Amino acid sequence: MPSPDARNLARRIGLAVLVVALLAVPMFADSSSLSLVTRILIYSIAAASLNFVLGYGGMISLGHAAFFGIGGYVVGMLFVHHADATPLMGFIPGSNQLLVTVPAAVVVSGLLALIIGALSLRTGGVQFIMITLAFAQMIFFFFVSLKAYGGEDGIIVRRTNEFLGLNMRDRVTLYYVMLGFWAVFMLALWRVVHSSFGTVLRGMKQNERRMAALGYAPYRYKLYAFVLSGMGAGLSGALMANFLRFASPDMLHWTKSAALMTMVILGGVGSFLGPIWGTAAYLVLETWLAAQTEYWQLWLGLILLAVVLGTRGGINAGMARLAALMMRGRG
Amino acid sequence: MRPGSMILVLEQLLNGLQYGVMLFLLAAGLTLIFGIMGVINLAHGSLFMVGAYAGTLVAGATGNFWLGIPVALVAAGATGLAVEALVIRRLYARDHLDQVLATFGLILIFNQIITLTVGRQPVFVAIPESLAAPVELLPGLFYPPYRLLIIAAGLLVALGLYLLINRTRIGMLVRAGATNRDMVRALGVDIRLLYTVVFGLGALLAGFAGYVSGPISAVQVGMGEQILLSTFVVVVVGGVGSIKGACVAGILLGVVDTMLRAFLPGLLRGVMPASEADALGIGIASMGIYLLMALVLLIRPKGLFAAGG
Amino acid sequence: MTGAVLEVKCLVKRFGGLIATDHVSLEVRPGEVHALIGPNGAGKSTLINQLCGELVPDEGAVFLGGQDVTAASVPDRVALGLGRTFQITNLLTEMSVRDNIAMAVQARMGRNFRIWDAVARRRALWAETDGLLAGTALDTRAHVPVAGLSHGEKKQLELLVALARKPQLLLLDEPMAGLGAAESHEMIVSLRQVAQATPMLLVEHDMEAVFALATRISVLVYGRIIASGSVEEIRANPEVREAYLGAEDELC
Repeated sequence: MPSPDARNLARRIGLAVLVVALLAVPMFADSSSLSLVTRILIYSIAAASLNFVLGYGGMISLGHAAFFGIGGYVVGMLFVHHADATPLMGFIPGSNQLLVTVPAAVVVSGLLALIIGALSLRTGGVQFIMITLAFAQMIFFFFVSLKAYGGEDGIIVRRTNEFLGLNMRDRVTLYYVMLGFWAVFMLALWRVVHSSFGTVLRGMKQNERRMAALGYAPYRYKLYAFVLSGMGAGLSGALMANFLRFASPDMLHWTKSAALMTMVILGGVGSFLGPIWGTAAYLVLETWLAAQTEYWQLWLGLILLAVVLGTRGGINAGMARLAALMMRGRG
Repeated sequence: MRPGSMILVLEQLLNGLQYGVMLFLLAAGLTLIFGIMGVINLAHGSLFMVGAYAGTLVAGATGNFWLGIPVALVAAGATGLAVEALVIRRLYARDHLDQVLATFGLILIFNQIITLTVGRQPVFVAIPESLAAPVELLPGLFYPPYRLLIIAAGLLVALGLYLLINRTRIGMLVRAGATNRDMVRALGVDIRLLYTVVFGLGALLAGFAGYVSGPISAVQVGMGEQILLSTFVVVVVGGVGSIKGACVAGILLGVVDTMLRAFLPGLLRGVMPASEADALGIGIASMGIYLLMALVLLIRPKGLFAAGG
Repeated sequence: MTGAVLEVKCLVKRFGGLIATDHVSLEVRPGEVHALIGPNGAGKSTLINQLCGELVPDEGAVFLGGQDVTAASVPDRVALGLGRTFQITNLLTEMSVRDNIAMAVQARMGRNFRIWDAVARRRALWAETDGLLAGTALDTRAHVPVAGLSHGEKKQLELLVALARKPQLLLLDEPMAGLGAAESHEMIVSLRQVAQATPMLLVEHDMEAVFALATRISVLVYGRIIASGSVEEIRANPEVREAYLGAEDELC
């Protein structure tokens, strides 16, 4: 167990390095690595959202791709109806404004999380994992069969949504826009984690029975957390659909849920910065392995096994251990 | 109802029963592994795939369909035991999160190994001719005996499991383990051996299901995950740890799924244009078992036959 | 209306063929410390779990302050003023002593669905938490994580956490279990102080503590209450002596 001092030091070093590096990325990065960093930013929003229920709340959701994907589909569908100038379901006008589509995506994914969460939180443990997975699969099948929106092929968003009159076709501009959303999200998440609600949620993970004996009704608190988490994943999906200019059932596939979970675990469950490091590690690893071999998934699988069986606590815990060693070295 | 459509319904009912039996074979092992060991094993579908590939390849090479069955059993059983000894055993004391991640890793590994060794193309095995030609069950109802054989085999396995669990010492431990894990430990039973036996049994059932379903649905990489997700629904609906639940829910969901896919688009055509009816019908049909699961969760959150009351 | 804080009427709980709670009726009146004693396996824990709402009885009813709570959830009963301690300490082990108490205070203060405040800046919360800690044995240990406390300290914290919720009635599940002689004495002193303001149902093995604290004693054997009365009455009851007190030497 690293000491609080060491943990604080690790967190501060991590944060400082992160902020400077993120602002400077476009100066050094070529277009492919800029795209990689942008994807890391966007995915880390989903991973951090998953970590909110998983790491802070103790709910092992294997269905977060549903919220990620629905966020993407809201952007895609609103774009289609904007381009056709036809209302969605007969009364909702389409839109290509980021400040409209993103909030819409967040609301819709929150509603979906409310329904799925209300059902799956009726049980716990192994069932919760399977049920969240199953409902996400249901959403996947729904969109695969939704031929009006591309079915298996998904929706191509021909142009990224408009935002404050910026030139969103410029990859650097797009990067800074995404960085802005990312920073706002992370600050908001920081507040939520340290709010009255966030504190109760952490208590819930440590000892649900005790919390009930104090008068906290676990179901309501967990459901609220699940909805908030779904909204975050929806935000991530909406941004991804804008970045890739594409929304497809692939975003809803269960392996996406597993990938998000992998990112969280690689970075260290229940730590604030963990999911960010974990997302970076996962995407960099994936990109690098895919460039080396066609069978990169084999190596990914082996690495996953090694990480789970060989270590505990992920990259973040590793960094904290490193910081603890440094402190000891100085003192 | 016209006699022709009656026969169609009967035929689809049999198809549903056959699919349900497949789901049961997988769910039986899975539900015991959850119930007794408290382990979530995403790689159960990989054992299904290993059995299918091993059996199909040997049957294809020798031209003997029946030889595929023992090969599939041995391959899936051996793989299962190896997985249990090397990976799962180290996860019993871990939380579900580690189990999910490690067994997800196993899925990736198995899929890639098959891709590397066999390739991406699906492989096929021919059913013996005697079993392929439809027989007339009722006047006008022709049905392939192969599928009937699967149904019979599945029901036999159900009976066998029922006897095993209710009439033998191992079964007694399994039942006790599903309701109260600590009690079995307290009895001084070699819990590790019990775990290995249960896991191995689950692997055998999965391998068998994989091979015999090969001639009906394609043997290809990813086949395991596809059926695994439906199997999860079966386990949740039936109740974790309950063989009876797995059997009832497997057959129920198999029939519901098959009937919806077969008849819903047709029914919807009565009220809307054909192309829309087909799209909507297929859409709802593919969501059917999940909606059923939602319903069960509302009424009985622990499943229809939850172990331990 | 009897004016009882807690009233249990003919409670029955069966596990398969075994009857764990056999038509139990009892009550706790204001100002009372009602002790529930009985040999191991008498069904004390099963009874406690039904009273606090973790277990649903098969028959009978439970009233809190005159209100029927037989079907109420744990948090609902807590909201009606029920507090409890656990036999095996049940705390938020990753959090500090202070945070554990604050969590209880926070539960009482409410407004816990707020996601935009900062818990560290809820002044009233921390003022009250520190007020509760002040003068207790744990005051100097406020920032120690629960995992680093001794068994005796954990037992004390259990009690403090339950009190922080300002209960109308306390269910104490073996508060003395596992304590040494000095710690037991401390606990008795603490409980006597608490008892002045809060009625209790005290489940306990330690007869010294029971005789020191109880105003009334009920004896539970095989799920049934075989005797109920004042300390003197129970001491003098031959049936109780035979069924329970006589076996005390063997038990301890």
